[in-house]
Amino acid sequence: MINRNSPVTEDELHAYVDGELPADRREAVARWLSEHPEQAAVVAAWRAQAEGIRTRFGAVAEEPVPARLAIDKVMRSGGASRASLIGIAAAAAVVAFVIGGGAGWMARGASAAAPASAGEFTADAIEAHKLYVVEVRHPVEVPGDERQHMTQWLTKRLGYQQRVPDLSAIGLKLVGARLLPGPTGAAAFYMYEGPNGERYTLYCSKVPAGDSALRFREGKSFAAYYWIDDKVGYAVSGADDRAKLEKVTKSIYEQMERNGAKKT
Amino acid sequence: MATFRQNVEATIPALRRYARALTRDADIADDLVQDTLVRALRSEHLFHGGEVRSWLYTILTNLNRNRLRSLARRPTLSPLEDNDAPDLAGPEAGGRDIDRALATLVEDQRNALLLVVLEGLTYREVAEVQGVPIGTVMSRLARARVQIKAFLDGERPALRRIK
Repeated sequence: MINRNSPVTEDELHAYVDGELPADRREAVARWLSEHPEQAAVVAAWRAQAEGIRTRFGAVAEEPVPARLAIDKVMRSGGASRASLIGIAAAAAVVAFVIGGGAGWMARGASAAAPASAGEFTADAIEAHKLYVVEVRHPVEVPGDERQHMTQWLTKRLGYQQRVPDLSAIGLKLVGARLLPGPTGAAAFYMYEGPNGERYTLYCSKVPAGDSALRFREGKSFAAYYWIDDKVGYAVSGADDRAKLEKVTKSIYEQMERNGAKKT
Repeated sequence: MATFRQNVEATIPALRRYARALTRDADIADDLVQDTLVRALRSEHLFHGGEVRSWLYTILTNLNRNRLRSLARRPTLSPLEDNDAPDLAGPEAGGRDIDRALATLVEDQRNALLLVVLEGLTYREVAEVQGVPIGTVMSRLARARVQIKAFLDGERPALRRIK
């Protein structure tokens, strides 16, 4: 397949510069370049760029690591940098979707009109999401490892039994929870985090509207699924990866469904 | 798990180098590294094997993306063609030229270029870090090189003809 006489592609020139070509092809490209001075000049320019970048920044790795980045210090403090602004990447655009599988898992187009109160509820949820996912030091009021206390406290404040979804099966750790104002009283806000720092939040509270099917909404830097079940509204917000948000939502939805069945 | 921490620790100098080149600002760069370490150590239990180094580059790249989004900095958003000839106030030191050339790149292209030429990652590793196919990495790399060359050629017209 690798013929030393086959034409050289631009991809190969990059791979040549970056040492990604197999040896026999490398020789063929070198030979070809010796006969094509114009391309050889381009390749030389790429090499010079790389050299310039290494010259400019290479020495940083030789510097002593500042004290605040010593691993013991980072582990002890667990604190983030002063200027930390950690958010969540924007989601891909999607209007209608279908998630297969679970019973009762409904799919609707975005055109399906939601009750006004559901809109307000979702707006609150998204505001909370955007506000708190960027927090490093104080993203939540009660940390995730105090699950029992969290559940009791929020159950009391929201006036109905809280069940905190467990998303560890899909690689998300419970960061913790907050109590927030909702459309008709208190709302609970749960935050989860994945291995690469991506965050998802669940916002729920009592809402006046009746049940609604699952709906999707998105903006510039977030996406959310929301639904109302038995006078409780749920909004799952995140970003980064639509497929992942669907997975998260589905897992929460199914756990709520299971709990709902036990509720009465 | 000591080896995990040792692997993280061994990568810190390289992360600082990458962050410095990404931000061209020593303080911001170290903030990024610190946040990356906090994230990584806190999520240790979620790390299921694989290359610690690539994972750290992934976290740092994502944190930097979030930082840029929140700052809505222009250079990262400007399209490739939006490159008026840089002001010709005179050639600066080579390092400054590189800084300015990097600043004109679209973010994904800058990430790809730096991961390859500065950090020595393979195309496959960069594809993992960026979450895209290798072909996409190569096209980002190609565009970055074209853009930098155009910038430097415009910056120093006298050198343009040198072969």
